[in-house]
Amino acid sequence: MTKPIAISLAVNGEPVEALVRPRQHLADFLRDTLGLTGTHIGCEHGVCGACSVRLDGDVVRGCLVLAVQADGAQVETIEGASDSGELASLQHAFAARNALQCGYCTPGMLLNAAELLARNPSPSRDDIRQHLSGNYCRCTGYQAIVDAVEAAARAGAGGAP
Amino acid sequence: MSDTAGRQPGLSVLDRPNSYIGRAVPRPNIARLTQGRGRYASDISLPRMVHVAFVRSPYAHARIVRIDKTAASGLPGVVAIVTGAELAAVMTPWVGVLSHLKGLKSAPQHAIAVERACWQGEAVAAVVARSRAEAEDAAELVAVDYEELEPVVSVEAALAPGARAIHPELGDNIAFERVLDAGEVDRAFAEADSVVETTFAFGRHTGVTLEPRAIVADWNPGEARLTVYQGTQAPHMMQNIIARHLALEESQVRVICGDVGGSFGIKVHVYADEMATVALAKLLKRPVKYVPDRVESFVSDIHARDHCVKARAAVKRDGTITAFEIDDETGIGPYSMYPRTSGIEANQVVNLVGGPYRTPNYRARARVVFQNKNVMCQYRGVGHPVACSVTEGLVDMAARAIGMDPFEIRRRNVIPDDAHPSVSAAGLKFEALSHQAALAKLHAMMDYDARRREQAALREKGVYRGIGLATFIEVTNPSAAFYGVGGARISSQDGAALRLDATGALVCQISVTEQGQGTEAVIAQVVATAFGVPIERVRVITGDTDVTPYGGGTWASRGAGIGGEAALQAGKALRENVLKVAGTILQAQPAALDIRDGLVVDRDTGRERIGLEEIARIAYFRPDTLPSDFQPELMVVRHYVPRKYPFAFTNGVNACWLEVDVETGFVKLLKYWIVEDCGTIINPQLVDEQIRGGVVQGLGPALMEHCIYDERGQLLNGNMADYLVPMAAEMPDIEVGHVVSPTLESELGAKGAGEAGTAGAAAAVANAVNDALSPFGVAISAIPITPEIVLRALGRL
Repeated sequence: MTKPIAISLAVNGEPVEALVRPRQHLADFLRDTLGLTGTHIGCEHGVCGACSVRLDGDVVRGCLVLAVQADGAQVETIEGASDSGELASLQHAFAARNALQCGYCTPGMLLNAAELLARNPSPSRDDIRQHLSGNYCRCTGYQAIVDAVEAAARAGAGGAP
Repeated sequence: MSDTAGRQPGLSVLDRPNSYIGRAVPRPNIARLTQGRGRYASDISLPRMVHVAFVRSPYAHARIVRIDKTAASGLPGVVAIVTGAELAAVMTPWVGVLSHLKGLKSAPQHAIAVERACWQGEAVAAVVARSRAEAEDAAELVAVDYEELEPVVSVEAALAPGARAIHPELGDNIAFERVLDAGEVDRAFAEADSVVETTFAFGRHTGVTLEPRAIVADWNPGEARLTVYQGTQAPHMMQNIIARHLALEESQVRVICGDVGGSFGIKVHVYADEMATVALAKLLKRPVKYVPDRVESFVSDIHARDHCVKARAAVKRDGTITAFEIDDETGIGPYSMYPRTSGIEANQVVNLVGGPYRTPNYRARARVVFQNKNVMCQYRGVGHPVACSVTEGLVDMAARAIGMDPFEIRRRNVIPDDAHPSVSAAGLKFEALSHQAALAKLHAMMDYDARRREQAALREKGVYRGIGLATFIEVTNPSAAFYGVGGARISSQDGAALRLDATGALVCQISVTEQGQGTEAVIAQVVATAFGVPIERVRVITGDTDVTPYGGGTWASRGAGIGGEAALQAGKALRENVLKVAGTILQAQPAALDIRDGLVVDRDTGRERIGLEEIARIAYFRPDTLPSDFQPELMVVRHYVPRKYPFAFTNGVNACWLEVDVETGFVKLLKYWIVEDCGTIINPQLVDEQIRGGVVQGLGPALMEHCIYDERGQLLNGNMADYLVPMAAEMPDIEVGHVVSPTLESELGAKGAGEAGTAGAAAAVANAVNDALSPFGVAISAIPITPEIVLRALGRL
């Protein structure tokens, strides 16, 4: 039950093979084993959204998924989504609007915002607030984030990924 | 408004060509953070690093009878299990007192509890292992025999006659008491047309930084040096304290602070578990990492604002408020925090009540008591939200008592803008405030009269909306009066070292720190303006005691006002030095030259003379071509601390527009406005975002945030599912306006803005809820205003 289990998955497009303890969650695996520290850990009980990553295209909480559950999956983190250029428009809007202060919630916010824009290219401010309501930010008070997502939507950031 | 009042006519350094002051330039570190390429202390991993987990007391008060490590030590990966007594051999305890808070007392606190645990969550043993998970496994198997002691939980119990003293050697549970009596309070109440009175209760809450506290300590016995990577607001303070309690020289301790995932005052204190981590590194001679999990954060990060304030005010029929009187009781947990103490918040409440108003008669008492709950200390806004809620709550009650509009009563009582410099009833010195201008601006921004009409029309339809106002003053730019005079080695001055590098770009090392508020951007703006280069040519380095000048760091809204002035003076001084080199090369008078947009030009004509890169090339690589008696000095250091005023007070006014559902008790925030005056605005976007974030950090405790304890001192909701924080869907849009009254103490004129938003948000919400509920004749004076509180007030529960 507690012995390491072999998994094989793709992280940001790169094949990864690893032995993981069954209890290790995906966020710890990404951070501690692969050094992908852009996935942040805030609460480890599924509330704050800081550890959001993509698992086979869906945004999930890295603390609520075990690494063994990602066996055979495609995982994408903020590092991959940044390097591919796919988030560039949202990232630009966040920077221009100062939609982050400490930056700790930002990777999760960006991945969730991208998911919203992929589903709804011109969301209302209420839509944005609702979609991001599972991502905690202590710094901004959220308005700048809503503004940035709105600006990115107007600039045509939707359609990705 | 007093935009330029008192300034010399003509161009100031802020008005130089290509000035960045007042411009919303993007932060230099922001792109990195959007790409997940920040480097937070929780990201640090070092060779041979081990992890610590703490065994924490399940009781609020218990004697530690015996700790049995046997079962735990056998687990795989375990490196060491250390008790408080064992750790005390390498780390001395501390006592959180300051001499200027007269009579403040506390007991020695150890890095890990020795003999007795005094709150639920206090660490009683440390388990070090290869991984955090293994450390936690072993922590579960450390067998601790406790003898549960009777906890002292409520403030009333702590103050009750014959109450058992948590620290018997201190005699009683009163850590600190302050009384103040100004003017003729009894006479003012006797002569009042109306006296309003109530008790304000404030729910204990906490910071919930998204990145928990985090520390990696690396003791290298080979060089007898400790390197500490820490999410902290005050690296030099930590260097001093770590060295002192490990019996090291300060030069043996280096504190490095990279990106920090939120601070808000939570990360400016000395935490026992972090001190234990550095001691363990020294003991084990290898790097030790500690990052609390969220559940630990709730029982170990400082809490704040556990206050209960009996208060009254005297008012005349014409609206003149003639007296305030308060009696504040606050419970701070079992120890006064170190080194800033837990007496400061109550002290601030006493200082700040009635602060915006010219009311001359004021009496206050504050009692700060020990109890068996988690420690309490300074958190964003320190005392301001309490003082503001009390004052503004009383002002609204007074307005209702005499039938006056809440805007009108404030207009009649605020200290007039032309009355400064002035001194408050509590003795606070105000250099320049702008209450009248701020009220006028807010009135227009929110279209007050239209809101009142809308409110009246909706009431007919059974929709209950309310408007809540809250004026405030805020302590910023503290001088040595805050901590230094009390004996704390917490620097009130800061330093900036500025050098021209070999390519003509600038590097600024500065002792104020970055937690996301935009310190590095603001410093770059100031340096670029004062020296005369495009902002892209300025690199700012913060957060390393081996690298930056000595200074206080970032807290009490001081980074821009104090660090900014040091940077301004450094920029000016380096410009003079560079012009001396240019003058020598060009055989021109330095005074006839200037630096603009990265080029040396003729001051009068703006004609280009020589580039900075060329000056740097000659100074660094061909000094042989300069006169033999001329030495270029291309690095300067300047320091700054305010001296004329103990604090640069700012001011402002909030307005909240909300709706109360009288069937469910839910409060919906509809819109929020705030006007504030932080003096010179270096970067309007960053100021506005500090204000907005601050407001939301005040809205949380107004409506939902609350550390709920039971009568045995058990925290009942210490996780993010049960402790509610503001999320995007519940928060309103916030409109921010400004009045600008620069402080004349510094050339920059900037005051702080970091805590202004938090100061008055709860007051504005409570006043708005009571305004909405006024048709029902009920009033609420306790926060958080949960649906349950609303329904109980309405008699529906």
